[in-house]
Amino acid sequence: MIKNAYTREKLAFSILFLSTLVVVLPVILILIYIIYQGWHAISWDFLTQMPKRGMREGGIFPAIVGTLWLVLGTLIFALPLGVLSAIYLSEYAKDNFLTRAVKLAIINLAGVPSVVYGLFGLGIFVIFLKFGASILAGSLTLAIMVLPIIITTTREALDSVPQSFRQVSLSLGVSKWETIRRVVLPHALPGILTGMILAVSRAAGETAPILFTVAAFYLPRLPKSIFDQAMALPYHLYVISTQVPNIKLEIRYGTALVLLMIVLSLNLVAILVRAQFRKKRKW
Amino acid sequence: MVSPIKVQSKDLSVRYGSVEALKSISLDVYANEILSIIGPANSGKSTFLRCLNRFNDNQPNFSFKGLLTIDGQNIYADGNVEMLRKRVGMVFALPIVLPMTVFENVAYGLRRHGMKDKTQMESIVERSLKAAYLWDEVKDRLQEHAMKLSGGQQQRLCLARTLAVDPEIILYDEPCSGLDPISTAKIEEAMLRFKQNYTQILVTNNTKQAARVGDRTAFFLMGQLIEIGETKKLFTSPVDRRTDDYISGRFG
Repeated sequence: MIKNAYTREKLAFSILFLSTLVVVLPVILILIYIIYQGWHAISWDFLTQMPKRGMREGGIFPAIVGTLWLVLGTLIFALPLGVLSAIYLSEYAKDNFLTRAVKLAIINLAGVPSVVYGLFGLGIFVIFLKFGASILAGSLTLAIMVLPIIITTTREALDSVPQSFRQVSLSLGVSKWETIRRVVLPHALPGILTGMILAVSRAAGETAPILFTVAAFYLPRLPKSIFDQAMALPYHLYVISTQVPNIKLEIRYGTALVLLMIVLSLNLVAILVRAQFRKKRKW
Repeated sequence: MVSPIKVQSKDLSVRYGSVEALKSISLDVYANEILSIIGPANSGKSTFLRCLNRFNDNQPNFSFKGLLTIDGQNIYADGNVEMLRKRVGMVFALPIVLPMTVFENVAYGLRRHGMKDKTQMESIVERSLKAAYLWDEVKDRLQEHAMKLSGGQQQRLCLARTLAVDPEIILYDEPCSGLDPISTAKIEEAMLRFKQNYTQILVTNNTKQAARVGDRTAFFLMGQLIEIGETKKLFTSPVDRRTDDYISGRFG
């Protein structure tokens, strides 16, 4: 019997370990492959020059700038709106049928295919509100796409703050909003930043939502205003991989590598900020 | 030696939906006394306590009948719960320190109520910590995180935090249930000293504690007030048989 339990323990461990390995291995392989194929293309010129000769030569500077603009614009719209509505839903809204329906709807919105957001953005921002294909329209579309992520993670972060902290603060005669601001939010901040990290990755990497709303096929100059079209890395990658013949493989992988590095370094910044906040909490 | 009535409850009934938590409670609490409330689980003693700082307001399906006054004023007539809770402080069962330094824990309420003067704040923090018998242990650790204190120290920190906003009434919801005997003794000592300045109501599962610190004791059972009287009298010659059964440990 004991031997049986021992072998079963071994078996369980092996299965769990193997599953993890199967999950992690492809990610590492993809990373290695992209770095291996792409790092030859990376040079100062590649990062800072305009594309030339139908994108077959030159750099990807406008696409990098475009992606950074879009990420920034997305956060400007989505972060305050998402965090504030999450606070309302978690802390203020009464637990009734309507609230539960809204919460469920938000969770489900996270699963809507991104091309649907793209079409929605085209209809509302580009055509109806007459923003045209522009950084503004693209940012708003991406913002709507990442809102469910921000709201859901913020709500989880708020819910993880012990109820007793709120009770103590209220029992001292502190108002609800002050309690949220001084006790709940500081404690939930690392979790909210996690939501922001996810939102940034999503906004930087998606192609479909920007396809109709902002992305330019070939625009060898920088955007002049938020009403200007812009190139963006994921769409540029799609274009040079499928739409333009005779492009050197290393340019494609180089572009993929740059996109990957931008997403990772944006994440890294947020992770460092989060670690800083956690440290300040000194449990 | 008759003290004025500080808190008065008249026919107070509380329901949570279909559950009747309190049935027509009428009792007075005199200024500067310690009233102990004892009773088994679900007897309504915590519900009663939480009516006094309107902590039940947000409970789902909470409904309320009767009259509850402090200094003759109906506390449910006025919408300003913040003002009420400033006057009626509460110490919880478990020590709940806020995730900040020792100093900031005590200063928290002061800051939120708009105090800016640093010297004044420091003197109130010191006075509150001294009153809670904690100053000597933490005076060199004020900038440490409050989580690093021991459980008993944390509960006294909570007491100091409540004192800092200068309440008139202090409610204790089983304040020593998680503490060792020495920490319990320190809290009780502080409570007895506070009688000069505060009216105190202590809900406790520990009948011995009720007997040690209470001037008067009330016995709650299934949402009803069975008996209230001088602590000594209630513990030696209770009028109701159920009170006798409970304090002598035959049930509950």
